[in-house]
Amino acid sequence: MSSNDTLQAHSDSHPPSPDSKGGGPYILLFFFIGVALSLVVGWGVFPKLLYSQKNQPFDFNHKNHLEMVDNGCQSCHFFRADGSFSGSPRLAQCVECHEEMQGQSEDEAIFVEEYVSKGQEVPWLVYARQPDCVFFSHSAHVNGAKMDCITCHGHIGTSESLKTYEFNRITGYSRDIWGRSISGLKSNSWDRMKMDDCAECHAKYDAVHDSSVQTKRDACFVCHK
Amino acid sequence: MKQTQTHNQKPPQRYGMAIDLDKCTGCGACMVACSAENNVPFKEDETNKLLSITWMKVFRITNGREFPHAEVCYLPRPCQHCAGQHEGHSPCVSVCPATATDYSAQTGIVSQIYTRCFGCRYCMGACPYHARYFNWWDPVWPVGMEKSLSPNVSPRMRGVVEKCSFCFHRYQLARDKAYAEDKREVGEAEYQTACAQACPAGAIVFGDLNNPEHAVSRIAQPDRHDHYKSQNPRAFRLLERLGTNTKVYYLSDREWVRKAGDNYLADENPSASTPPKEHA
Repeated sequence: MSSNDTLQAHSDSHPPSPDSKGGGPYILLFFFIGVALSLVVGWGVFPKLLYSQKNQPFDFNHKNHLEMVDNGCQSCHFFRADGSFSGSPRLAQCVECHEEMQGQSEDEAIFVEEYVSKGQEVPWLVYARQPDCVFFSHSAHVNGAKMDCITCHGHIGTSESLKTYEFNRITGYSRDIWGRSISGLKSNSWDRMKMDDCAECHAKYDAVHDSSVQTKRDACFVCHK
Repeated sequence: MKQTQTHNQKPPQRYGMAIDLDKCTGCGACMVACSAENNVPFKEDETNKLLSITWMKVFRITNGREFPHAEVCYLPRPCQHCAGQHEGHSPCVSVCPATATDYSAQTGIVSQIYTRCFGCRYCMGACPYHARYFNWWDPVWPVGMEKSLSPNVSPRMRGVVEKCSFCFHRYQLARDKAYAEDKREVGEAEYQTACAQACPAGAIVFGDLNNPEHAVSRIAQPDRHDHYKSQNPRAFRLLERLGTNTKVYYLSDREWVRKAGDNYLADENPSASTPPKEHA
């Protein structure tokens, strides 16, 4: 009771001052500064922190090679007899032409001196390597569904140099899997290759891909191992 | 399921196993082959078998009688890949809250996706066969052994459930080959599990139960109109009366072995029993 009286007396003696609402604009200002800072951190700083960069052992000109080989991409990235896909070429394939220097480029000099003459495999960093739990069948997509390389890999065949390899510091996965766009928007089919991107295409052909009892789509074991 | 059937005209594949218990010597080669094939982790101390991970496990059963009537039978137990009373109603698939385990109507295989599993272990509680195992620890391989792991099977981490997959990665590789050869079907010899290939007694036969050309369907003789119950008088399935409709058929000439496959009463005759009728 007595404390109530005191409170009453206290508030009576100090009526609300007319300029106490002057904090409003400042609060708004701090709010917008906060939003701006979050945006800068989220869109600019965090992606830089999240991804680490590595350079390939030496540069490679896909365009140049594609012009000289007879069988397109399959000249170097071919299927083995058991239906498995070779992926990045091994030294044995390169040596078929590059036993000795073919041109004058510095990159080829590195290749011949460091790898060919020492018989050492090139430790290529693979942009499109999927996580360990994924079974991706090149055979099913290229031989079965007759898809072309560009759908998933883009116009890598006409590129003149290799881009910097970026990988996620937490997962170790290549940035090409999650995609370069932080907003998550994608304009080309090859912009990223997450599970949703695989599922997007598989869902289009759901008459064929409906083996899962749980999801009525493709059973998990179609692409997982 | 329906779509799949209409698409292929003929019934989808239904991979299963027939294990002749009269041939099994209990040597354990299937267990070793399975563990090596599937990167199954082990610990330095495996004395507590309740914590051991064995996708394929050989049990020893006896008829409980005394010498000279005592008999022993060894019973290898992989995942039974239950179809349930309607296709895909496996006990584990029904309870999984994460869609980490799934049933494929194309192959009849119950899958387990380790990256999807969050380790609630409902499936382990649901499985009547104790075929599922929990990873209490991250696998630690002896130095250098990680180089001998199979790249076709993804290793598991602490906190997820794993189980026999009927060596599904071998099916994936066989499919790759079939596509390269412009085929859509995988031959019987092209897809075999590691345990079936390792069994020195030839007790394990693996193949498509729906394909009359496969040895397993000739041995198991599943009745498609009666929940795939075997028409072979030598055959039985584990805990058949639960209605799990499993794909692993066991064979034996011995009455007591067939009786050990389910909880029969002393005066019950296993061959006379029928699975429960489907609910409306």
